Amino acid sequence: MARPPTDADVAGLLDASRGPLHPVAARTLEASLSVAWADPTRLHQPARRARALLDTAREVLAEALGVRPDELSIHDSPERALELGIAGLRHARRRAGERVVAGATERSVVLLQPGTEPPVPVDHTGRVQVQAYAGALTAGGVAAAVLQSANGEVGTRQPVDEVDDLCRASGVPLLLDLTASLGRDGGTALRSPTAGAVLVADAASFGGPPIGLLAVRTGARWSLPGPRRAAEHGREHAPPWVPLVLAAAEAWRQTSAARELEEPAARALVDEVRRAAAAVPDVEVVGDPEARLPHVVTFSVLYADGEVLLEELAARDLVVASGSACTSSVLRPSHVLAAMGVLTHGNVRVTLPLEAVSPTRAEDVGRLCRELPDAVAAVRQRLGTEHL
Amino acid sequence: MRGPAGVPVVDARGTRCPVPVIRLARAVRGLPPGATVVLLADDVAAWSDVPAWARMKGHAVSLHEEDEGWTVYEVVLGARGPAPQDARST
Repeated sequence: MARPPTDADVAGLLDASRGPLHPVAARTLEASLSVAWADPTRLHQPARRARALLDTAREVLAEALGVRPDELSIHDSPERALELGIAGLRHARRRAGERVVAGATERSVVLLQPGTEPPVPVDHTGRVQVQAYAGALTAGGVAAAVLQSANGEVGTRQPVDEVDDLCRASGVPLLLDLTASLGRDGGTALRSPTAGAVLVADAASFGGPPIGLLAVRTGARWSLPGPRRAAEHGREHAPPWVPLVLAAAEAWRQTSAARELEEPAARALVDEVRRAAAAVPDVEVVGDPEARLPHVVTFSVLYADGEVLLEELAARDLVVASGSACTSSVLRPSHVLAAMGVLTHGNVRVTLPLEAVSPTRAEDVGRLCRELPDAVAAVRQRLGTEHL
Repeated sequence: MRGPAGVPVVDARGTRCPVPVIRLARAVRGLPPGATVVLLADDVAAWSDVPAWARMKGHAVSLHEEDEGWTVYEVVLGARGPAPQDARST
């Protein structure tokens, strides 16, 4: 299970939204299985050892978020951390109101929380409209606000500092969602180190397992209904499984140490994809071309079927994702693309793995750029749309 | 199929993305600027895809939802042709 990925496993991998573990984190996980398996809340020797290892890992992960270890709790998934983060703000502020201000390109799990309707509109790049956000904050009855640092589907960065200022001015606590960006956009330093009353991150974004990190800054009004829970500063019913947390901390150490080479390299590769895709007739590259995550790019191919395009690229050993309806289990297009008003069919999404995870990624990107015109032509020919 | 005043009507109800947009693109081929084409579609993806296609191609589109769960898209072909690729910042 913890076998480090080999080149064969990751060859052609251009969808690392939940990629393989960083190979060093995979080795850490394997080693942890025999030393850190115990429940860290028990009192026996194996539990004490797990506890000590967990404490150290929590310090590392807290530093990743720029918070104190006693502000950080660890959860089974980033989605769970987002749900809890919002629930705690809503409960603590239930006398102020029930509404949660959130942009239309926030993650689905955020937009499914009570109080988030209607979402704040975004522009064609997916960036939230600041004027509309300000209006929603001051409309009354607002318990909390949510903003992603950057969108994981199209890469566009959000106006974090501006929205943070607006939230402070109107006395509304902000949850900053770093699940797509931590470790990939700004390295060890957060782009806005003091923004947000609550921070949520996903260890998978920096090469760790997909566990949720939830930081509630000291002084923020945050509480959950019901009796205090037993673990994770009263936020969780049970402690996390320690081997996963150790792997996450190791992934952070590795990824933050490599950031100075990693981010510019990823940015240059994504620029290559953007150029190659834009050169194909009737292809629209979406998301902000500059103010974006270094490692994410999405484009939509007119008169093509997302599922067929994915299969065509898979036949050429290129693994990508799609936000098109036909590729979704609910047969609805990506709410992000729809909110941006861009084409949702024929959509291809590239999330670059870390170079440490996929040493062949530059070659894979080069191959995608070379194969794309032919792959698009083949799909359009099959659909009889090549002359439209 | 033709509607009132000879306006071509494309009935793409029951089809899913990208079929409604493909049928619409076929229907507008060879029509002069200012011509109108109507599309009927019940695919949710068409809500975003028909306006996005119209923007990319320089056409105007208005839509209204029918009670029966489908949408009428009225497309007026643009005079200026497709928008240049670099006209938008995306």
